Amino acid sequence: MIPSGFEYHRPADVAGALSILQEHGDDARVIAGGHSLIPMMKLRMADVDHLIDLQDIDALKGISIGTDEVTIGAMVTQHELIENDALAQAVPIIREAALVIADPQVRYVGTIGGNVANGDPGNDMPGLMQCLDARFELVGPDGTREVPAREFYEAAYFTAREDEEILTKVIIPVPAAGTGQAYEKQKRKIGDYATAAAGVMIQTEGEVCTATSIAMTNLADTPVWCEAASDALVGSSLSDVDCKTAVMLALGDIEPVADNRGPVEFKKHVAGVILRRAIDRAIARASN
Amino acid sequence: MSKMHVKLKVNGREVEGLAEPRTLLIHFLRENLKITGPHIGCETSHCGACTVDLNGKSVKSCTVFVAQAQEAEITTVEGLANDDGTLGVIQEMFREHHGLQCGFCTPGMITRAHRLLQENPSPTEEEVRFGMAGNLCRCTGYQNIVKSIMAASDQLNAQKEAAE
Amino acid sequence: MKDEVQTPEDRAAGLKGMGCSRKRVEDVRFTQGKGNYVDDIKLDGMLFGDFVRSPYAHARVKSINSEEAMKVPGVVAVITAADLEPLGLHWMPTLAGDKQMVLADGKVLFQGQEVAFVVAEDRYAAADAVELVEVEYEELPVIVDPFEALKSDVVLREDTVDENGKATDGAHGPRNHPNHIFTWEAGEEAETNAVIDSAEVVAEETMYYHRTHPCPLETCGSVASMDKVTGKLTLWGTFQAPHAIRTVVSLISGIAEHNIRVISPDIGGGFGNKVGAYSGYVCSVVASIVTGRPVKWIEDRMENLMTTAFARDYWMKGKISATKEGKITGLHCHVTADHGGFDACADPTKFPAGFMNICTGSYDIPTAYLAVDGVYTNKAPGGVSYRCSFRVTEAVYFIERMIEVLAIKLNMDAAELRRINFIKKEQFPYQSALGWEYDSGDYHTAWDKAMKAVDYDGLRAEQAQRVEDFKAGKTRSLMGIGLSFFTEIVGAGPVKNCDILGLGMFDSCEIRIHPTGSAIARLGTISQGQGHATTFSQIIASEIGIPADDITLEEGDTDTAPYGLGTYGSRSTPVAGAATAMAARKIRAKAQMIAAYLLEVHDDDVEFDVDRFVVKGAPERFKTMKEIAFAAYNQAIPGIEPGLEAVSYYDPPNMTYPFGAYVCVMDIDVDTGVPDIRRFYALDDCGTRINPMIIEGQVHGGLTEALAVALGQEIAYDEMGNVKTGTLMDFFLPTAWEVPNYETDYTVTPSPHHPIGAKGVGESPHVGGVPCFSNAVQDAFRAFGLTHTNMPHDHWRIWKTANDLGLHG
Repeated sequence: MIPSGFEYHRPADVAGALSILQEHGDDARVIAGGHSLIPMMKLRMADVDHLIDLQDIDALKGISIGTDEVTIGAMVTQHELIENDALAQAVPIIREAALVIADPQVRYVGTIGGNVANGDPGNDMPGLMQCLDARFELVGPDGTREVPAREFYEAAYFTAREDEEILTKVIIPVPAAGTGQAYEKQKRKIGDYATAAAGVMIQTEGEVCTATSIAMTNLADTPVWCEAASDALVGSSLSDVDCKTAVMLALGDIEPVADNRGPVEFKKHVAGVILRRAIDRAIARASN
Repeated sequence: MSKMHVKLKVNGREVEGLAEPRTLLIHFLRENLKITGPHIGCETSHCGACTVDLNGKSVKSCTVFVAQAQEAEITTVEGLANDDGTLGVIQEMFREHHGLQCGFCTPGMITRAHRLLQENPSPTEEEVRFGMAGNLCRCTGYQNIVKSIMAASDQLNAQKEAAE
Repeated sequence: MKDEVQTPEDRAAGLKGMGCSRKRVEDVRFTQGKGNYVDDIKLDGMLFGDFVRSPYAHARVKSINSEEAMKVPGVVAVITAADLEPLGLHWMPTLAGDKQMVLADGKVLFQGQEVAFVVAEDRYAAADAVELVEVEYEELPVIVDPFEALKSDVVLREDTVDENGKATDGAHGPRNHPNHIFTWEAGEEAETNAVIDSAEVVAEETMYYHRTHPCPLETCGSVASMDKVTGKLTLWGTFQAPHAIRTVVSLISGIAEHNIRVISPDIGGGFGNKVGAYSGYVCSVVASIVTGRPVKWIEDRMENLMTTAFARDYWMKGKISATKEGKITGLHCHVTADHGGFDACADPTKFPAGFMNICTGSYDIPTAYLAVDGVYTNKAPGGVSYRCSFRVTEAVYFIERMIEVLAIKLNMDAAELRRINFIKKEQFPYQSALGWEYDSGDYHTAWDKAMKAVDYDGLRAEQAQRVEDFKAGKTRSLMGIGLSFFTEIVGAGPVKNCDILGLGMFDSCEIRIHPTGSAIARLGTISQGQGHATTFSQIIASEIGIPADDITLEEGDTDTAPYGLGTYGSRSTPVAGAATAMAARKIRAKAQMIAAYLLEVHDDDVEFDVDRFVVKGAPERFKTMKEIAFAAYNQAIPGIEPGLEAVSYYDPPNMTYPFGAYVCVMDIDVDTGVPDIRRFYALDDCGTRINPMIIEGQVHGGLTEALAVALGQEIAYDEMGNVKTGTLMDFFLPTAWEVPNYETDYTVTPSPHHPIGAKGVGESPHVGGVPCFSNAVQDAFRAFGLTHTNMPHDHWRIWKTANDLGLHG
């Protein structure tokens, strides 16, 4: 219940945060909303000697909606994502997904940056960002770079971010008008991580599917962007057989582990069911 | 570990103290300030018994370091009664509709309900259940808590209308 | 309004007595966060205690080194079994006649077991020090399966075998294996076997009532303060039985009982978790004596779930016989009871399996036999009555499942099978084949009311259509109708056969009326949310005729409250409520004499009328209770002492037997295993109803705990004895979102032996609710061949049931 001691820093800007990270290396960690890190510190599963609080850094805040891209500061909370009507217009799947993350109190404080950066396979935003083909801006001592979400996750808690880099922004291409989007998540109760979750986007032109993106969550040690499944639907008429094929291909990409939510066999089956429901809803919402 | 000087506003009063940065806000409130309304029911941020209102947000104070709450404005359940000591509307409705039994989840519930009704002054029952899902209760089965909050929303809206 | 204008009904209403949905007096402080729970207590110089706990389920403790821990600034002491041994406190007696280690004495028997107690200036220093205590363990083979325990060469409790390794006798008789604890029997074995062997129809089933935990929102804790000057120990704690704790602390510490004051302040939920004594209580007392300062111990949630008294863990094998028309002729039940490392079960002494022998349920079963074997394993010690009286949840689950299994065997409707076997109203008081005398009941009326309220036939028709639609591929949702008709046994209990550690299970109430007509009452029970301060005043108001709002009601301070056995097992209303009525009647009897004196008539010439005594035949001549109260302090009445007070210690002649009819309608998504509770109807008969609002609240709460247990809440272990569900991430507590609205209804069948006819209600919804939810899930799959599947019915297990039945195509 009680974390071990640390030194607390609250830098005013990104440069300040970076210099502390550089000085203390492994012994330092940034904290955003803290609702992943603090519980781990309380169980003494994370040892942090220097805690760098990012809450004062303005550069990490704000949502800007452009015609082609949406840019979200890493410190934007789930609550802010949900409340932003312009964002809900531009990328409706974000609000839908944020509403099934945790509970109201956690959403007030939990950030998109925290959700995507720490590599926890249970978090919902990583898979969603892969579905959206988002990019993460990383700022470090050597400068600024972008890494696509689809290339960011290496293993549980291991990402492409170097220890001395900070994830500062999430950049999301605005889906084409008429794109059907759906986020479907099965969980044991509100506040739980997904037993299985899927984010799906589908574009159609008439009867034909012209673009698809499918990503799955908490079914492997990283989020899974299902390239084969997505490709299989493109050019199809989205018939029952087409959708079944896509689901089968997606299931080939996931590697769920048994836990208190259930055994592997169960998770695989449910993953397929959840994905199919997400596909069906995305199709129903697609308009073109 | 060396202590830091913290200053915040709690229930309208400026307070300060010395605390290690790792001091959880719930402990600072309960131990340093002797504000024992918010309670501790778990250590994994699930139960919501520690919920306070921090800068206009419902926050689980067990998952915040007091260092992070520097300069914050915090309201706990103790700050929700009327100035003359009578029960506030939400508190009164919890009593009216038997929205509590052992009372342990109640401070967190009422503090969260207060913010919920600011977010959404006329929630449906479903919206109340969804909006209160961060607060666990073992005694009531939630039904009368929901009833209490719906009644509070009616009362507060009626008061607002009367004032206009 | 002048008295003369008010009708008796008006006057009664003004009293807010029995039957009134009186608003709770407790709520004024709770809604303002001004409750006083154990962790709210802060005393000058108070220290904080925290435990070093074993990560292993079974291991020898080779050494404990606290050198580094003692260097942490603020640490005052690290206590181990070696420190407690000279005081004889390294072990303590359990409520079940066993003993349990307070701190690891040579070995540990379950994951999380207490090994050392760190005492420091504050909880942060204590937590840092706990990390630095170095313990050397030597792992031993782990047994988490009670059946394996009974065959294994591995001896868990080396303190219970003689030098030849043979099991010594236990508290309940001889033991047939070192890991065996007791065998307890009830009923007629030979006769029952004969009936079953020659029956027309027999149904058999084995079912597991999984281990779970009461998990009140407030964890357990204590503050011990030994005053060296006065020699008095004050102990605050989360105690559901404060007086019993006082007596036990006196017996094990040697401090005379008059020098111990135990206080249960506000308690944040009990549900049976806070009945027994835990190491933390003992260690906080010892630490206070040793340091001369108050010591607080508050466990965290993982400690609570992993080490305090669990519930259930019963493997039940049933055989039920019937005629082919469905009349039950016999019932055989064998239980293997997993008690963990120590038998710390909270039961009356003579009942090591609690009241499991209520397992003939609501049915007229002529012959039955029950045998329970208790077993040690490497799990947390216990069990406890989790909102279930004593093992009544297990008993009722057993019979309500056996009825369903029998219905399937007979190809009969389960509601009809119940109906034809219910004990009939005219059979009460009813002697059950396993030894209980049920006080009163009208099961048919309650059942018919429930069936009508839910349109049972309509539901079955809808279900049949759903089965057809499912088979035709039109839907992937199955509908289940869960039924439960339970008979509870609560209100322990008659002193002749119910005691806790030798303390008879009577209870008490003391009432004192003040000169100006208000009153103070104190009871031997202790509310943990049940609203006693509100409801017991209502009993007094109706019995004595003073307004409930003029009565202060206190519990929990052993210096002032009369001796009682506390609150659990729904015993407060049946026992302390009876004591309250009896004490009130003593006062009323004296008031009658005072009134007669004041009115200058004979005692028999006045009669009680709501809030006054009136002269028979001359109603304009009366004395109000207020006037009588003052007279008690003011008048010199020949033959009558001044003052107006009474105490009653009530030894109930029997338990009480509340009952109820529950129906749950569930729709199950076969492909995901997710159940949706469409409707839950609960009819409860708790006899006389004191406060309908509070009864309804109890039903909502008990049903929700039942939902949790049936649909996922479990304490699960892996084969190494690691707890898999030790936090609220995996220990299922539903939120407001997962819980439906409940429809509550009632009938009233008073208890004939209780002074106000009340039976108690707190646990009924949990006892009846679990089988109702479970039956709903299982009923959904009956048409596809399911007979029985174990709880909990979480998503994956429901999915697996469907999968095993071939429903995933």
